[in-house]
Amino acid sequence: MQRSTFADITYHWVVGLLAGLAILILVAPVAIVIATSFTTSQTLRFPPPGLSLRWYQDLFDPVRSAPIHGAALNSVWVAFVATALGMVMAVMAALALARVNRASARALEAGFLAPLVMPALSYGLAALMFFSVMGIRPSLNLLIAGHLVVIAPFIFRTTLASLTQLDTTLLEASDSLGASRFYAFRRITLPLIAPGIAAGCFLAFVSSMDNVPVSLFLSTARTGMLPIRMWGMMESTLDVRIAAIAGVLILATLILMIVMDRLTGLTKRMSA
Amino acid sequence: MAATIVPSRQSPAGGRVDWRLAAPLGLTYLAFFAAPFAILLGISFYADAEQTRLGPDSWLKFYTDAFYLKVIFDTLKLGVYAVAATTLLAYPLALLFRASSARMQRVLTFIILMPLLTSVVIRTFAWIVILAREGVANQTLMGLGLTAAPLNLLQTELGLVIALTQIEMPLMLLPLLTIMNRMDQNLVDASRALGASQWRTFFRVVLPLTLPGWIAGATLVFASSTTAFISQSVIGGARLVYLPALIYQQATVVYNWPFAAVASLTLLMTVLAGIMALGLLGRFARTD
Repeated sequence: MQRSTFADITYHWVVGLLAGLAILILVAPVAIVIATSFTTSQTLRFPPPGLSLRWYQDLFDPVRSAPIHGAALNSVWVAFVATALGMVMAVMAALALARVNRASARALEAGFLAPLVMPALSYGLAALMFFSVMGIRPSLNLLIAGHLVVIAPFIFRTTLASLTQLDTTLLEASDSLGASRFYAFRRITLPLIAPGIAAGCFLAFVSSMDNVPVSLFLSTARTGMLPIRMWGMMESTLDVRIAAIAGVLILATLILMIVMDRLTGLTKRMSA
Repeated sequence: MAATIVPSRQSPAGGRVDWRLAAPLGLTYLAFFAAPFAILLGISFYADAEQTRLGPDSWLKFYTDAFYLKVIFDTLKLGVYAVAATTLLAYPLALLFRASSARMQRVLTFIILMPLLTSVVIRTFAWIVILAREGVANQTLMGLGLTAAPLNLLQTELGLVIALTQIEMPLMLLPLLTIMNRMDQNLVDASRALGASQWRTFFRVVLPLTLPGWIAGATLVFASSTTAFISQSVIGGARLVYLPALIYQQATVVYNWPFAAVASLTLLMTVLAGIMALGLLGRFARTD
């Protein structure tokens, strides 16, 4: 096409080097944590002097790691219930707002998406003050309510996007053939938007498991949550078991992600 | 903001909001989202930590103290650094992604999503392992002879920005990749055929066309990095104070709730101001 000038050569070098650096910086930390989790050493020295499963044995020991197991169970329970409740409510809300072009629908949509951009830490403190003013004692139910608010937008957003792409002629056909609205929802809408709902639920569940800003204020010693406990371990002793927890969580997320990708084309959905 | 997150719907006007369907989530948000923020605002107007007197004292104390003003400034600065660093790395990676084959794109998608799906706490932990005195970074630098003694990378702003670059990068990459993939290759080819260099093509064609994606990404990175409590406190340490750590300390250690509420609302306004500034930039760029 044309001669490659000096400027074009520098362009390719700069773009290539920075892209390589980006890949390195994205991958290396995950790889290093996984390698560290198999260390024989008492410290987080990298590279590990030898490989063993001792920290995984430690992590799965029901006595020594009891608080971690308790926190993990709490986290899974809260994430599960908050995602289930959030799914029902967010899908209903998306159905109410999809294809409505009124100002009220716009405002409501912005309101439902607001927790995505509002600093969750401000919300966490607000929730703590709210429950304390209301005189409600800390419990896992409060954590479920707090998590529900911050994760529902994920499900709402993906469901709304799926509904927008839905072919309305299908619904019109079903209507003209005499099907009820609920029948049409069950037999036409739901199957078509199910992958969107599933992708949203996956994001919601993962972000609940990962939530710090809300749990930071609403969890107590009795209702410990996994990320908060890991933070505590990081602040105090830099326990190598954290690396083992990381290994388990990465493996679990990876399996979940592959399953989701098979079911719904999640990776396509997240970058599209 | 909603417009950048949700693709605009194609169907023209029509229909009504079915309030019965919107009610469960709407009422839940009213009770557990709107009401808490109202309480937060109310508590910020108590004058003392014991919450006995009303008055703007907490606000005045916060906004007249040079220390707290510096905390606001440092938090904003951290957000700007994080946006700059993620931009510098995300654009080249997105360009590489666009130029790659379908199979390579799958591999890259996986690489990009992997950190997003590892917990933020774990990503923070990874950077402690890397940036510590006997960590990977120092061993590499000393091995290459670039430094004689191990550098102190933990508990510095530089270390924190490096860590946040990885922690927040997927948030920049996802919207950028979406828009980069939709970009019309003909425009790029035309620019090249008319004799523009790669650099000129990038700055005059690619950058303006992908700006909406960058704005969406920058918004997420800014909002996330300014509020990243665990990364800030664990990697930044006690010497670097940002708004989130201030809020946590005032609320749970000092027990000055009015003051914590002021700091919390300040964080909220800081983030919203950043988002609005980016939104304005987007509008300005579109009319340009």
